[in-house]
Amino acid sequence: MAITSVFTSLGRSFVTSMFAVLRDTWFVSALCLCALLGVPIIAILWSFTDISLPLWTHLIDTNLSLYIGNSLLLALGVGIGSGVLGVSLAWCVTQYEFWGRSWFQWALLLPLAMPAYIMAYTYTGLFDDLGWFDSRSLIGAIAFMSLVLYPYVFMLAKTAFSGQQQQYQEVAATLGITRSAYFLKIALPIARPAVLTGVALAMMEALADYGTVAFFGISTFTTGIFRTWFGMGEMQLASQLAGGLALFVLVVLGLEKHSRRNMRFYQTQDLPVNKDTSARARSTKSLSVQSSISHYALSAYCLSVLLLAFIVPVTQLCVWALSTLEHIDVTEYWTLLVNSFSLALFSSILIVLIAQCLSYAQRFAKTKSVGYLTQFAALGYAIPGTVLAIGILQPFGWLDEQLNYVWYQWFGEYIGLVFSGTFVALFFAYCVRFLSVAMHNTQTGLERIKPNIDDAVLTLGRGRLSLMRRIHFPLLRKSLLAASILVFVDVLKELPATLILRPFNFNTLAVKAFEYAADERLIAAAMPSVTIVIIGIIPVIMLTRAMQQN
Amino acid sequence: MRKIVLGLMASMLCMPTVTTYASANPTAANPESLNIYSARNEALIKPLLDQFASQHNVTINLVTGKADALLARAKSEGQFSPVDIIITTDVGRLARAKSQGLTQPITATLPAFATLQDPQQHWVALTTRNRPIIINPSNIAEGEITRYEDLVKPEYKGRVCVRSSTNIYNQSMVAAMLMQQGEAATLAWAKGLVNNFARRPKGGDRDQIKAIVAGVCDIALANTYYLAAMRNADADSVAIANQVKVVWPNQSDRGVHLNISGIAVAKYAKNTEIANQLIAFMLGREAQDWYAKTNHEYPVDPAIEWSGTLQAMGTFKAESVELNEVGELNAKALQIMDKAGWQ
Repeated sequence: MAITSVFTSLGRSFVTSMFAVLRDTWFVSALCLCALLGVPIIAILWSFTDISLPLWTHLIDTNLSLYIGNSLLLALGVGIGSGVLGVSLAWCVTQYEFWGRSWFQWALLLPLAMPAYIMAYTYTGLFDDLGWFDSRSLIGAIAFMSLVLYPYVFMLAKTAFSGQQQQYQEVAATLGITRSAYFLKIALPIARPAVLTGVALAMMEALADYGTVAFFGISTFTTGIFRTWFGMGEMQLASQLAGGLALFVLVVLGLEKHSRRNMRFYQTQDLPVNKDTSARARSTKSLSVQSSISHYALSAYCLSVLLLAFIVPVTQLCVWALSTLEHIDVTEYWTLLVNSFSLALFSSILIVLIAQCLSYAQRFAKTKSVGYLTQFAALGYAIPGTVLAIGILQPFGWLDEQLNYVWYQWFGEYIGLVFSGTFVALFFAYCVRFLSVAMHNTQTGLERIKPNIDDAVLTLGRGRLSLMRRIHFPLLRKSLLAASILVFVDVLKELPATLILRPFNFNTLAVKAFEYAADERLIAAAMPSVTIVIIGIIPVIMLTRAMQQN
Repeated sequence: MRKIVLGLMASMLCMPTVTTYASANPTAANPESLNIYSARNEALIKPLLDQFASQHNVTINLVTGKADALLARAKSEGQFSPVDIIITTDVGRLARAKSQGLTQPITATLPAFATLQDPQQHWVALTTRNRPIIINPSNIAEGEITRYEDLVKPEYKGRVCVRSSTNIYNQSMVAAMLMQQGEAATLAWAKGLVNNFARRPKGGDRDQIKAIVAGVCDIALANTYYLAAMRNADADSVAIANQVKVVWPNQSDRGVHLNISGIAVAKYAKNTEIANQLIAFMLGREAQDWYAKTNHEYPVDPAIEWSGTLQAMGTFKAESVELNEVGELNAKALQIMDKAGWQ
């Protein structure tokens, strides 16, 4: 009797707690979204159910250490390179007044539009002619990738630095702390989540890169994955390698998060609710004016980075593109342009929406596990696009099959493929691949809004919708814009997943550039490449200017 | 807020383009259309496909990409896959497509010269591609190198350029050698070659040719296709390509390494009849002539005259091996290259 009552009460409490979790709509919707987005990753990890020992032994005996070593060096190098460039540039443009400062603020973002592999092709073309630098090396790969990936760090660090309060600096000055000590001891630690987010994105991109390392002949984890798959026909082993890569990234990200588990970073600054005070706050924020020598040194530094990362390669591409101008089919180009642009635009809207929903779920859900769920779902960024595409094709193929059987039972005919080989698969791939990029921005944006603002609004009897619309949205506008630009440009550049998942007769600029490059026709590849860059920079310029005006 | 609304409106304007493509995406069987997965670039295949489309009044739908990725796509799509025709640039891929059950026998009557084909006629070669030795004639005397085996001689230490073993051309070449010379000899050869490398393998075939002219090395392995393309490109490329010379190796024994570009009918093809017509067309005079003249590839039809560039490179004896088996040895070849330290 007593035992049964214990069981009943236990059962009841379990049911009520389950019910409480399920009533938490934020948790449930996040769970559903993450489960959906996690399907390809699970499909890839599923490969571990069938491990071939001889193949692994061969790999361990021959190249595995080389793959791991080179990949780690590459990721580390790119992390340091893009981190140093991004942070130093962001510090310059937010703290000092110098020639061209307002212009550099947005121009330094332009290399974002440059796919790393195109940068590599362009520079090798250039250096091969010059002959004094062997750009096709690990150092070269690190340099080129850092040059195109630093904008991730720059963008996030700039927002973080400019959000820091003038008072900190004034207090530091009265305490006799030098500017460099202030940077190291106060500004950088406060900006840490933003900077590390940027660095993590750059490192993940470097780990998943295939185009550049394959062209340079550097044996990394990704080239290893494709060697095993294409060369040996061992798809399973290739998936296991990709899964291993993803797990490694998961662990590193987890460790970083764990190391700052007791820290919180909020923006206590003026809210744009009262325009007068915010204007006053801005006007009192003084930029340090330097002597003329350091003034020019700062300009020269920014300019040289911009030259190396953008102006030189784009000029070279333009020269090549102009030489092929007579062979260009204008209507074909127009289609490519419209395809690439609309694909990037739709995906960026879709992905930022999903990212914002998940960030909200993380803020409002009562269960902590939402954080882990989203982290898992956003892993796609660290997986090479082709492997991810296969992780999508397999479950989608199964789904299509089931759908067709059901359809046949009901309507007596087959409907064909609905998921694979259609835009559904393509958009889904972009969501999985680039959710991380958007999430990092929406999350850091949201994290910097103090929860007591939420509490205040909710106590005042306003609902969450009103809180989002009237308080969060204005505060988040910058990070939402940043997220959409980054995703837009990333989708525009994306190649491997697009290549394998796209529908019949559908090409993008990146696909076109790849086709020429794969046939070793680098000069012919210049035109589509330069078009990617141009379409990529238009939103970058427009949106950064809009951000400055506000 | 206004900007977001504007953005959404702009995206609505773009929507029709995307939906047009979506609706053009063929899912069900349509007797007037042929769906192709091609590992050959669009530029290298589209002109012929367009010609076939207009002659036979069919719509051709094309997806290009990397061979293995396309095969994986066809495999996961299973019996509902819309693909009718698979085109690849390497025999290993065709063998793999067959072994994964992605192809079916070709029913079209093939011309007598189409001997490079699967025993069960699951695929047939459209063109051949050869991988001779390219040398700098000022540093290597005429007749000094005559065989692939010569490349491992100690006097060529630090003078050989080859691209990465991740590349399929090298894998097929080593697989063919493995089949003819056996494992021990092939491993020894691969080790010797690595020992003679002038630099870590990097870049594509054209880059190896450029490296010869830049003085990095004196000897390279490259497909004739790339040398021929360089000799017909911009002035700079022509100047470089004219400074090197082709050596047809092993002419007194097994011949130069040969690979193919080929075509197969997909297992679940809906339009097998048109698919077979396309294969017959690709082996026809017009198509073979286009390959030889415009693309500088060796046609399988011996009656077709080669382009001037190909003729200038001279005639040669090519390997005669069972191509299907070469395809099957691909993984083994890669493992040998791994062991030899060929990155």
